[in-house]
Amino acid sequence: MSTASGPLDGIPAAEVPDVELYHPKSWLTKYVFSQDAKIIGIQYSLTATSIGLVALVLSWLMRLQLGFPGTFDFITPAEYYQFITMHGMIMVVYLLTALFLGGFGNYLIPLMIGARDMVFPYANMLSYWIYLLAVLVLVASFFAPGGPTGAGWTLYPPQAILSGTPGGQDWGIILMLASLMLFIIGFTMGGLNYVVTVLQARARGMTLMRMPLTVWGIFTATVMALLAFPALFVSAVMMLLDRLLGTSFFMPALVEMGQRLNHEGGSPLLFQHLFWFFGHPEVYIVALPAFGIVSDLISTHARRNIFGYRMMVWAIVIIGALSFVVWAHHMYVSGMNPYFGFFFATTTLIIAVPTAIKVYNWLLTLWRGNIHLTVPMLFALAFIVTFVNGGLTGLFLGNVVVDVPLSDTMFVVAHFHMVMGVAPIFVIFGAIYHWYPKITGRMLNEAMGRLHFWVSFLGAYLIFFPMHYIGLLGVPRRYYEIGETAFVPASAATLNAFISVMALIVGAAQIVFLFNLAWSLRRGRPAGPNPWNATTLEWQTPETPPPHGNWGKELPVVYRWPYDYSVPGAAQDFIPQNHPPARAAE
Amino acid sequence: MSAILIYLALIGSVVAWWLSRQRLMAKPWLEVGVPVDAPGMGASGIPPARLGLWVFIAVVGALLTLFISAYLMRMHMSDDWRSLPTPPVLWFNTALLAFSSIGLHRAQMAARIGWREGIAVGLAAGGLSALAFLAGQYLAWRQVMEEGFGVATNPSSSFFYLITAVHGLHLVGGVVALGKTAYRTARGAPLAQLRLATELCATYWHFLLVAWIVLFGLLLHG
Repeated sequence: MSTASGPLDGIPAAEVPDVELYHPKSWLTKYVFSQDAKIIGIQYSLTATSIGLVALVLSWLMRLQLGFPGTFDFITPAEYYQFITMHGMIMVVYLLTALFLGGFGNYLIPLMIGARDMVFPYANMLSYWIYLLAVLVLVASFFAPGGPTGAGWTLYPPQAILSGTPGGQDWGIILMLASLMLFIIGFTMGGLNYVVTVLQARARGMTLMRMPLTVWGIFTATVMALLAFPALFVSAVMMLLDRLLGTSFFMPALVEMGQRLNHEGGSPLLFQHLFWFFGHPEVYIVALPAFGIVSDLISTHARRNIFGYRMMVWAIVIIGALSFVVWAHHMYVSGMNPYFGFFFATTTLIIAVPTAIKVYNWLLTLWRGNIHLTVPMLFALAFIVTFVNGGLTGLFLGNVVVDVPLSDTMFVVAHFHMVMGVAPIFVIFGAIYHWYPKITGRMLNEAMGRLHFWVSFLGAYLIFFPMHYIGLLGVPRRYYEIGETAFVPASAATLNAFISVMALIVGAAQIVFLFNLAWSLRRGRPAGPNPWNATTLEWQTPETPPPHGNWGKELPVVYRWPYDYSVPGAAQDFIPQNHPPARAAE
Repeated sequence: MSAILIYLALIGSVVAWWLSRQRLMAKPWLEVGVPVDAPGMGASGIPPARLGLWVFIAVVGALLTLFISAYLMRMHMSDDWRSLPTPPVLWFNTALLAFSSIGLHRAQMAARIGWREGIAVGLAAGGLSALAFLAGQYLAWRQVMEEGFGVATNPSSSFFYLITAVHGLHLVGGVVALGKTAYRTARGAPLAQLRLATELCATYWHFLLVAWIVLFGLLLHG
């Protein structure tokens, strides 16, 4: 198998100008202050995983309280709210967004499009360090007087900055907002890189319609994030001014503990509009890279070309565009004009069309494929099932009349965790099992991987399926303790305890995964350059793991699309993208 | 939110126009080999830095438009809005920023014909008048403050300080880049490099001028 095309194959690679690479001179500039997108991607991933583990522990603490109320004295109501808030914010922004875009984006984009590196390596490095700073500021709020903010992950004013909310009149909310602003600045530096790299640094022959869907997903999500994160930035700045300088952007006139506060006329609804203008695209900022990655995993591990490639690309773009006009479906109960609700319910349901197209295409790719139930494939299949489940309850909640009674119940928590928690995390796991051999040169242990998969998959359903049910019973979300109520049967408490036990087990199963990551680094089976027999460029590098500059002396030339699996008449069941036509039959 | 939706529609049409030229109707599974002359077959010839700047401008545009959206919504959502006395110095500042923009345009032209002195003069004129603009904005702050409008007095003044500060900070960032270009000019960097650098500065300045005119109009409206 050839990994680079020689001059005999006709077309030289010279058309793409070489990026001027800054070559590191010391250990420090090579592994710490690195400008190599691959190292930066790994740094992003490790940081995101570490802070994600903190959020995992917070969810355990929450579940202990919900499952066994009154048992654990060390969880006070204030702390419970702090756990909720930090768990949500960390998972959505600092883990999922950072891992998909900063982690996978950095590692995969240059390799998959045949570039040497990102186009602005220095800004790329800064992007990571600002992200790390944002994480540290966030962590600092755990140790600040008054602790982190307990305003809920949506940080709705006015309560977010009042003294009744944990961290509201202390450091918590200030550090939270500052950390978000840093995150957005850091992300913008990285995001500019991802977009311009995809547009300008593609290898010769790599047309947009020959890009792997992973790159399409990450690219579109980055464009969306660049346009959506400013809304979070604006709301964070304005709330910070309300809190620190006493302005009244969001704060209405109100009386707190008998004291009239100095605010007047501000609009909490304005914050909600700004927040969700970011918040809804954020769902797809996480989902689109997941869609892209899962398409590649399914195609590779089913040895089958992706069904409806063009339609997959169009669907990604259409979902990206539509996701900017659905934000107010998070605000049906906010008291906004009901006609808006009708409009936003319609746009919300329309998004289901391109999304359903993607699901059908995944299924049709699997149809009569040569399915290898490898660990990445198991996670990809689990994603499809979970995403369909979470998507269906999304159709319920997208309708105003159904949403109004369910809005403040655990049903929303269950829906959200299925569609945006469990589903993308499965993709992340699948992607790590899939690309770990390229990153380290060694395979992850298969037995540990299967154990990790089955406990996580079955466990996630045992957690979140019953949660839908207790939501329908009317158990409210965000309550520290519901005590005895007329409408909630006592069995709900038993179910809650069951969910908590499952959450502890699933959380603990992640230790197997972490151990596997560390153990396989040294002891894993050597992977070789292309263990999955995949077609995309990252598997065709001359060295594994790829060094700085990725391609050695010559950039690859792309001759075909990324899904040439099981081509009739070809010698192997896959033809790499950089294989010239004359050699495909070899 | 109508301002930001209109802005996104504009960005969306640019993206749609660009995508329409990318052969999205191609059937990649039937095409093998490297088609040589078809458009959109590889990376375009635009320097990455220029494209990067345009993407950055689109992001800053979104940020400023969101401030405009918030301004208009806050203005119409309650009845406590008092209109702000607009300090006359803002008109003078606007002229300064326009002059600064012209200076950078001249620098760009000089770079194009390879006239090094012209680059230096253009950059100096542009940079100094940009600094004068920033000083003028500070003066405007003082005047508004003296009129009795502090940061928290009324949403109109809160927005005034916030929006001018955000715009000013972006200009400060530009001044840093300009300083770097001026330094390179003084060191006798190759013309090709200066051509790109002055062009990027000029583009960014024109954008900040347009942005300021829109924001100034907004402040007058409020």
